[in-house]
Amino acid sequence: MTGLFSAPVWPLHWLALPVFLPVFSAVLLILMHRRSVRLQRIVSGSSVALLLLGVAALLISGAGDQHLVYPMGDWPAPFGIVWVYDRLAGLMLLLTAGLAVVSFLYAVATDEDRRGPHFHALFQAQLFGLNGAFLTGDVFNLFVFFEVLLLASYGLMLHGGGAKRSRAGLHYMVINLIGSTLFLFAVGALYGVLGTLNLADLAVKLGQAPAQNYAIIAAASLMLFVVFAIKAAAFPLYLWLPATYAETSAPVAALFAIMTKVGLYAMLRVHGTLFDADTAPAAFVDLVAPWQIWLGIVTLVMGTLGVLAAQNLRRQVAYLILASVGTLMIALGMRSEAAISSALYYWIHTTVLSAGFFLLTDMIRRGRAHGDSWQSAPPMAGMVLIGSLFFVYALAMAGLPPLTGFFGKVLILSAAMDHPLRTPIFATILITSLLAVIALARSGTRLFYRVEQPRTDAPASVKPNTWAWIAVVSPLLVAALMVIGAHPLSSWLEGTSSQIARTPAYIQAVLSTDARASTHPAFPVHPIHGMDPGMDPGMDPGMDLGTNPGTDPGTDPGTTAGGTH
Amino acid sequence: MSLLFALLIGMLTASGVYLTLRAQTFPVVLGLTLLSYAVNLFLFGMGRLASNAAAVLGNQSHYADPLPQALVLTAIVIAFAMTAFVIVLALKTRAELGNDHVDGAPLPGSKLSGPTAEDQKDDATS
Repeated sequence: MTGLFSAPVWPLHWLALPVFLPVFSAVLLILMHRRSVRLQRIVSGSSVALLLLGVAALLISGAGDQHLVYPMGDWPAPFGIVWVYDRLAGLMLLLTAGLAVVSFLYAVATDEDRRGPHFHALFQAQLFGLNGAFLTGDVFNLFVFFEVLLLASYGLMLHGGGAKRSRAGLHYMVINLIGSTLFLFAVGALYGVLGTLNLADLAVKLGQAPAQNYAIIAAASLMLFVVFAIKAAAFPLYLWLPATYAETSAPVAALFAIMTKVGLYAMLRVHGTLFDADTAPAAFVDLVAPWQIWLGIVTLVMGTLGVLAAQNLRRQVAYLILASVGTLMIALGMRSEAAISSALYYWIHTTVLSAGFFLLTDMIRRGRAHGDSWQSAPPMAGMVLIGSLFFVYALAMAGLPPLTGFFGKVLILSAAMDHPLRTPIFATILITSLLAVIALARSGTRLFYRVEQPRTDAPASVKPNTWAWIAVVSPLLVAALMVIGAHPLSSWLEGTSSQIARTPAYIQAVLSTDARASTHPAFPVHPIHGMDPGMDPGMDPGMDLGTNPGTDPGTDPGTTAGGTH
Repeated sequence: MSLLFALLIGMLTASGVYLTLRAQTFPVVLGLTLLSYAVNLFLFGMGRLASNAAAVLGNQSHYADPLPQALVLTAIVIAFAMTAFVIVLALKTRAELGNDHVDGAPLPGSKLSGPTAEDQKDDATS
């Protein structure tokens, strides 16, 4: 343990913060829904600010350099629910908190949160679901947090109402409910065959599974892949995304920039850990990866065609998100450490900038007489500044130097250099980047250069206020920092991807909380599946982190029997 | 028993998939409900079917696996909430779009009105 917090207990309980802070403020906000919006904003805003500070402190403290395992209620790993914090989870938490701050600011600045009740409660519930999904180390718990974040997202997506929003929301919801059902089928099949739901324990049990069960495991794993592909909006399951993102309000769309990454994160976590070459039988190692690259290529092509065909800017940005999902699927499908670390760079870039781009689009929509459609309109207030911001965002999103999109794509392409599929990967990424540049140049021309004479009956365009400007500009500042600090960032990301690749370390860290379970009388040997964690808990150096979280001996289930620690 | 159980799950799933592929919201909601019944039974069955086994740990050595029951309980609660939400949303879209087609477009021969003229104008610009 290095960094700010030298005592091992501190960062461990710190882990409860990203999950409990939003859920407490969500409950508080539901209770005070009759109070003034101002008060709700204060509660919600301070919760979001605290979350950002806490998560940033957790990441800077270097707590995730080893896997940090937090057993909920002090029940040891294969039986209780564990939260696993590592660098990847920390990165995702920080991204979520950052997006939350930006979209909160914009929602407050444009009064979007006044258009219906419970905006802030739903917002916090959404953060609760996202943070839980990033931290959990248990497949069923992942399902539960997916449901939490989806239910909150249905509410947020429909917030403000309107016929088009309802129609898009219905598609979004039905598709995701079908996905949830598939998820449960997959979880049930895995439990039936392997007898556990803990991710690390599943990886161990997978190695011991008899060969006649391989077909069921493979089916379950492919079902999980389909579920995550629905969340990530990969081809052919992406059709819900453009309408959903384009019809919802801008702050919600900005927060949703993390939602596709939840699917990709789950793919990386579940498939990367379960079917890792170090621990899994050879039959499973290449089960998903080849599909992933080809699906990524098709998603990228379809997304770019959508960018070209879009009839307004919101839909175009939604398709740009789809294109970035394709790029990320390609990079993650390559499975090498270099590919994953390059994917993570692009991942941060696309999440942050597409959120900012959604907000900028909304600013254009509010200011222009014809919204963000391609019709020519009278000049709007602050046109030069908004146009320049659009130019910078477009450069970054399309991947032109000197901005982050360019660096991300260069890193991905250099990681693809040795891959057998390098020709299609290079061709797709380069051609689609060119097409994105063309499409965005065309949109910029139509939005800012084709100007009509101002009409006298035109509605006065609304000037965005300071907080809205801060929300739109701050993603660009993050992008600038990512360019200036490209080297330290990418070396940190290389460490992250090598940590992701070290599955045995993950398994050992999680299952070492099992130390007391073997001596605990309340756990009989399972009659059907047997109970063998298969790891020696004594050899893990990080064990004292995992087994020593309890401060209250009265609630510690291990104290009576296994008080060896 | 196992065969009957498996057939039941299969039938529920097949009917659920068929109904979710229909183009009107009410059959889709029913289909989702059937799918969630199917998955709950499937989860339950994954703890192995046993007769005369205590539900929770007793003093006997022969007991049913409690974990799938806990999972089913969670899944039922979640599916219940989701069904309630999707019904409300379906009613809302029925009221706002004037018909119960999942795309909001009237079916050929339907007596229900289609989207309003204003809605269509919105579509043209978006």
